[in-house]
Amino acid sequence: MKNSMYVARSTAIAARALGDETMVMSVTNSTLFTLNEIASVIWAAADGVTPLDQIVADKICTEYEITPEAALKDAESLVEDLAEHGILLVSDQPLAGPANSRGVTP
Amino acid sequence: MSGLIVEMAAKALKLNIPLSVQLDLTYRCNERCVHCYLDHEDHGEMTTAEIKELLGQMADAGVFYLTVSGGEIMMRKDFFEILEHARLRTFCIKLKTNGVLIRKKEAQRLRELGVESVQISIYSHRLEVHDAITKMPGSFRQSIEAVRLLREYGIHVDMANVLMIQNEHDYNGVKALAADLGAQFIIDPTITPMMDGDRSILSLNVDKNTLREVFHNEALTGNVEEFCAIPQGPGQEELNSLPCSAGHTACYISPYGDVYPCVQFPLPCGNVRRTKFVDIWRHSPQLNEVRSIRLRDMPACSQCIHGGTCTRCPGLAFLEGNMRGPSYQDCEKSYARTGIPSENLKKRKASPQHLQLVQIQTLASVADNNRFLEISITK
Repeated sequence: MKNSMYVARSTAIAARALGDETMVMSVTNSTLFTLNEIASVIWAAADGVTPLDQIVADKICTEYEITPEAALKDAESLVEDLAEHGILLVSDQPLAGPANSRGVTP
Repeated sequence: MSGLIVEMAAKALKLNIPLSVQLDLTYRCNERCVHCYLDHEDHGEMTTAEIKELLGQMADAGVFYLTVSGGEIMMRKDFFEILEHARLRTFCIKLKTNGVLIRKKEAQRLRELGVESVQISIYSHRLEVHDAITKMPGSFRQSIEAVRLLREYGIHVDMANVLMIQNEHDYNGVKALAADLGAQFIIDPTITPMMDGDRSILSLNVDKNTLREVFHNEALTGNVEEFCAIPQGPGQEELNSLPCSAGHTACYISPYGDVYPCVQFPLPCGNVRRTKFVDIWRHSPQLNEVRSIRLRDMPACSQCIHGGTCTRCPGLAFLEGNMRGPSYQDCEKSYARTGIPSENLKKRKASPQHLQLVQIQTLASVADNNRFLEISITK
C-alpha cells in the first residue's frame, strides 16, 4: 500500500488570498506564484499533519466533480511542483505545521 | 511590470483589496537630511501591541506587499519583534532604512526573516557630499557597509539616489558604486514638500537643465526617444484611466495610525486606533473620493497634451490645493522630458519656484524589481 504523503507550507514564503486564488512568493528568491481555486484549497489545508489523500477526499472530492484517483494524481503533481520551488514541504511522516493555521489570510 | 503582477494588481483593484501598504514605524531618525519632509519627533507612536494588531488587520484585509519605513526604522527598539510578527503574517516585506544601524547580526537576522528587499539612500559616491546631506558624520561609511553586508547575505538592495542641488552631478558615481556593490540603482529627483505643507525644501530641487539631462540619459531611462516622445493628447482610454494606485490598491499608514492614500498624499482618511483598517479602507469618504477620480474629471489635465502620458502625482496636486488639479511639479517634469509646456505651465509662465519633481528608475531596475519568475500554477 502506498504511504501517505504529508504536506506543509514553508515558513519562507509570503502568501495571501486574492479572491479565490492565492499569491505565494518564495522569500528566498522572490519567485511569485498564483494558485487557482483548487490549488488554493490544497495550499490552505497543507497543515503538515493531514495526509494529502485525506485533504483531497475531504476538501476536493466533496466540492468538485472529480474521482478521488484523478484528484489525488493532480494534487500530487501540484505538490511536487511546489515542493521543487521550496514553498511546500513534503514528507511521508507528519510535519510540524506552519505558524499560522491557513497560510493565507483572509 | 510583469504580466503576473499586472494581473494581481488588476484583480486587487476589482476586489477592492489593498495590495500594498507602506507603514512608517517612526518619524524619529538618526540622520538630519537637508531635504527630509518629516519632523523627527515622537508625537505618540503606535505601541508594539498596536502595530501587531494592525499587521493582523492588514493581513486579514489582503495586504501582500508591506513596505516598512520611517524615519529610521531601527530607531524602534521593537523593530525586529515587529518584523517577526510581519513574517508570521506572511507579508512580502520591503524595508526602507539608512542602514546606519545594520551590522552583521542585523543583516543576518533580516535574511532569516525573509525580507524581500532593502532600500538604502546613498546621496553621493563622495563621503563628504553624502555626510553633508545627512548631517551625520560617518553615515556614508556606515550606509555603504550596510549595503555590503546585506548583499553578502543575499538580500536584494536598492540604492536610492535622491537628486538635489547638493549632489546633482553625482548620480553617475552612485550608479557605478551600486554596480560595484551588486545593488540596484534608483534615481529619484523628487524633493517633496514637508508633511505640514512647508514648501521651503523645494528650493533644493535641481534645475530644469539637470532634470532634462537626467531624462535624456539613456543609461537611466532606456529608450530616450520613446521616453521623451512628443505626446498626442489623451484618448478615450486615457480619459477613463486611474491616476495611480494611491487609494485604489495602495495606501500609507503613519506611526500614529493615520491612514492616507499614499505617503505623498497627506489626505487623512481615518485612524486605525479608532477604526479597523479594513473599515477605513472600504468606507472612508476621503478614499472613496480619491477612487472616484478619473482623468476626464480633471479640468486642466484632461485638456492637456500631456494628459495621457504625464506621471501626474495626485498627492502633489493635493498639496498644491486641488486633488483634481494639475501638479506643477509634474508639469515641469513633462516639459523637461518633451520640451513641450503643459496647459498649466502656459498659464503660469512666471513661476516663483523651481518645483521639478520626478520619480523614475532605470529601466534595468524596473526589470529587476519585476524579476519574479512567472509561474502560474493553474492545474
